[in-house]
Amino acid sequence: MSAPLLQVEHLSKRYRLPRQSLLKPAPEVQALAGVSFSLQAGCSLGIVGESGSGKSTLARLVMALEAPSSGQVLLDGVDLHQLLPAELRATRSKLQMVFQDPFGSLDPRRTVLQTVAEPLAVLHGASVAEQHERAAEVLDAVGLSAADSPKYPHEFSGGQRQRIAIARALITRPRLIVADEPVSALDVSVQAQVLNLMQDLQDRYGVSYLFISHDLAVVDLVCDEVIVMHQGAIVERGSPDTLFTAPQHPYTQRLLAAVPGLQPPA
Amino acid sequence: MPLLDVQNLRVALPSPRGPVEALRGVSFVLERGQTLGLIGESGCGKSMTALALMGLLPEGAAISGRVLLGGQDLTTLDDAALCQLRGHRMGMVFQEPMTALNPLHTVGLQIAEPLRLHKGLSRGAARAEALRLLERVQLPQARERLDAYPHQLSGGQRQRVVIAIALACGPDLLIADEPTTALDVTIQREVLQLIQELVREDGMGLILISHDLGVMADTVERLLVMYGGTVVESGPTAAVFKRLAHPYTQGLFAARPRLGLKRGTRLATIPGRVPALADMPAGCPFADRCSQVTDACRVAPPAAVRVGDKHDARCLMVEAT
Repeated sequence: MSAPLLQVEHLSKRYRLPRQSLLKPAPEVQALAGVSFSLQAGCSLGIVGESGSGKSTLARLVMALEAPSSGQVLLDGVDLHQLLPAELRATRSKLQMVFQDPFGSLDPRRTVLQTVAEPLAVLHGASVAEQHERAAEVLDAVGLSAADSPKYPHEFSGGQRQRIAIARALITRPRLIVADEPVSALDVSVQAQVLNLMQDLQDRYGVSYLFISHDLAVVDLVCDEVIVMHQGAIVERGSPDTLFTAPQHPYTQRLLAAVPGLQPPA
Repeated sequence: MPLLDVQNLRVALPSPRGPVEALRGVSFVLERGQTLGLIGESGCGKSMTALALMGLLPEGAAISGRVLLGGQDLTTLDDAALCQLRGHRMGMVFQEPMTALNPLHTVGLQIAEPLRLHKGLSRGAARAEALRLLERVQLPQARERLDAYPHQLSGGQRQRVVIAIALACGPDLLIADEPTTALDVTIQREVLQLIQELVREDGMGLILISHDLGVMADTVERLLVMYGGTVVESGPTAAVFKRLAHPYTQGLFAARPRLGLKRGTRLATIPGRVPALADMPAGCPFADRCSQVTDACRVAPPAAVRVGDKHDARCLMVEAT
């Protein structure tokens, strides 16, 4: 097997809490406790777990938005957290993120073109003409059109806004997209459109997804491998087929049992 | 007399382009002890229906039709009279427990408030009753939690407090608007089970609003599928899920990711998007997205067709049975 695109080794993160007493050291909370996994190029890894399980902390560390307390995040064999600021900046175009709330993640005062082209301007210093060309290309790829460029986010529905957010992530031609609950805020019919789009984009561009979701069915659909997190640690991992049909860990079993019922008519 | 009888409820909201209809003739009946689900996507009118029932419509909204709670028409009441009913005979649980609770007051005080207001209990009696309610919604360490502030509780615990407030005065009708959408799936299950238990014990009527088909299947007896301010399909939950009479109900079902789908399966989607209220077509609201649309669909809103026992669908294409 070729070297993985992303390799996470013994990653831990502790946050210091406010000091309770002058005489005692400040208490700490272990948000992430020795997490290791790897992700091949062009594949998708799902991360499931409940609030406080460390999913989003993991996303921030993989995106190098925060430094780990210990452990490594290797992208193409290079530890992101050992890079000099300028090197890290150059590497950032390989990593992009799509957030949960398409209402909060787009600046209401910037046009679609400004929003989508910004990573290119900031990370590559691209010319205006190139920005326009590439923005038109990615907008087309996500099912919008270049005619939408001068519009503002409020002119779009939730699903379209999430497409804009995906276009912004795609424009730097990233190797890895970290998607933190990308469809949780969307209506069912729109959620299906965005999930189909994300799968199409993966086929077309070979991008890898680190796909964080609390919705097991969504992860089952999109991912090649799933890790289940609980209290900052991985409690179970495997392919969705085996994990969701024969869960071993009690926490995975509890998670599955809680999925609201209803098997649709075949 | 039914607990709640809603007939041809219409709500028009002011907009820069003149009044737009957010609800276009919603009718249903709810008996005591029954559970009813409203399901649909954003903008379909499910929350607007709840707000209309509670008399909490936005400023300038025009309401017509009848909302009879125990025979009394709520649409004719003034604000003072509605205040007597809200939190007393009608309780409501909102989606986001953090914003529904006041961060500056202890939970004990917030549960006691409706008791003091509607039941005229003394401070001490209201506090005792608040403790009983917290125990009833199965909040651990209820006695200590009476003096806790909302930020000291987890999301699921906060939602239990909101439910305790809604239940404080023993309402006849409980409206829960996406009560578990902000919660984790294991907590969601606990909260839904709690609501079901409480409804059963007290014989209240429950209106549950959700976009989640799975939640509905587990929780309610009857279902209204809403689209574009109208009820496109209504009936017993099991029958609706079995028959999927309306094309929109079919679309919702097909679009839903579910466990066991092969990786890379393309989900069926409903083309297009929900029309804006101002652009709602004259005929069937779903016409522009429907694969079975005919010219007749665009002329007038389709009448309800009986497709089974107490099971109706508003579609010209379904065969009556």
